[in-house]
Amino acid sequence: MAVKKKKAGIGIHFFANPARFLRFARKIFPWVTIIAIACIAAALVLGLAVVPADYRQGDAYRIIFVHVPSSWMALMIYVIIAVASAAGFIWRHPLADLVAKSSAPIGACFTLISLVTGSLWGQPMWGTWWVWDARITSMLVLFFLYLGYIALHSAYDDPTKGARAAAILALVGVVNIPIIKFSVDWWNTLHQPATISKFDRPSMDASMIAPLLLMVVGFIAFYLVVLIIRLRSEIAARRIRNLRLAQTGN
Amino acid sequence: MVTAFFSLVGRDLRLAMRGGIGSLVAVVFFVIAASLFPLGVGPESALLERIAPGVLWVCALLATMLSLDRMFQDDYDDGSLEVIALGPLPLELVVLAKVLAHWLTTGLPLIIAAPVLAVLLNMSTQGFAVLMISLLLGTPILSLIGSVGAALTVGLKRGGVLISLMVLPLYVPVLIFAVGAVEGAIFGLGAEANLLILAGGFLFFLVLTPPASAAALRMALE
Repeated sequence: MAVKKKKAGIGIHFFANPARFLRFARKIFPWVTIIAIACIAAALVLGLAVVPADYRQGDAYRIIFVHVPSSWMALMIYVIIAVASAAGFIWRHPLADLVAKSSAPIGACFTLISLVTGSLWGQPMWGTWWVWDARITSMLVLFFLYLGYIALHSAYDDPTKGARAAAILALVGVVNIPIIKFSVDWWNTLHQPATISKFDRPSMDASMIAPLLLMVVGFIAFYLVVLIIRLRSEIAARRIRNLRLAQTGN
Repeated sequence: MVTAFFSLVGRDLRLAMRGGIGSLVAVVFFVIAASLFPLGVGPESALLERIAPGVLWVCALLATMLSLDRMFQDDYDDGSLEVIALGPLPLELVVLAKVLAHWLTTGLPLIIAAPVLAVLLNMSTQGFAVLMISLLLGTPILSLIGSVGAALTVGLKRGGVLISLMVLPLYVPVLIFAVGAVEGAIFGLGAEANLLILAGGFLFFLVLTPPASAAALRMALE
């Protein structure tokens, strides 16, 4: 049973031991930090200064370099939460629970950034801060899903119970996300607001894709940096909790 | 197993019946909330006619949500949930029985009250039949999804607000397709597509939610 699957690389049970994970995290932490800083900085310089202004949207379109990557991150992190929740629920994998828990606030922040930047972008483009556009609306619902998940997690005093409850919610939520997305699209085609001239997404110039992709890489690395910091503090908190329980003699 | 299922449903119905006005809170809330809208937006009949389907459905949604926290809480508090869980009925079917009882005590009264409110809100008569069908298909979905929220918060002190936070985002598709059906019927676009999606959604959640709720209950009973 206890045969190590070294050949298969890092298996799912490899990180079940928090100490092993901490050692691994310590090794990769400086690298992801450097990647995050370098990529975000390069993407900002390229996106804000080097890439030419759009002929229709002027300089305002540059917010896309923050807006689109954060929307992708928001979705990606929810999927990560769902996968980690499934792993935590099925195998009682302790680190997976922590990954799910620690990812949620980061994902919620990316969703909020995506909503706020979208709103800031909408003001010069559509002349209004908020449009009940299909994409914005489904992002808003995703934000609510994040809030519900975080609230449920923190409502339990017992962290293992909280993790299991939140895992069930995340799994139900991830099944629902396609349905919500589909329903919101459907709703939007019926209620297309007439005052807004729908501007079609211009096909991007190759020079604009580079900063966008750099920003995506930077955001993923940034997510890993924050995740590792949060996981470290979660593991430390759990250790303190266990020590305290041991001290009280139960 | 069938007898166990229906005796559980019957027990819940009897409990609700003897609870007096308490079990009617949802439908009373539905009526009051819907009649607040004319006060809020003005009594202009054209405006009310336009917003009636949406108002009715949003109020039905909120009324259902209001009664969710009682679905398992009373049984959990007095320990009968544990006894039921030890009984012959699998927990998934227990959940279904609870959902059925919940729907009979909240969803069904809402459906009965809806046409009256539709008249008060001056809804177009072409939408009445579809409104009833959409409620008939949609409110069971609300109870099913709600059972997950209720089961997840069963041991918690401040479960009520939490349920709404978790469940309302998941209610979005039901609201959209149900209102889409009613408006489709009113504006002559046809309601079949939306109603079929609702029916499909009902079957989907009928399969998906009982295991999820049962898993949550198992955790609460540990």
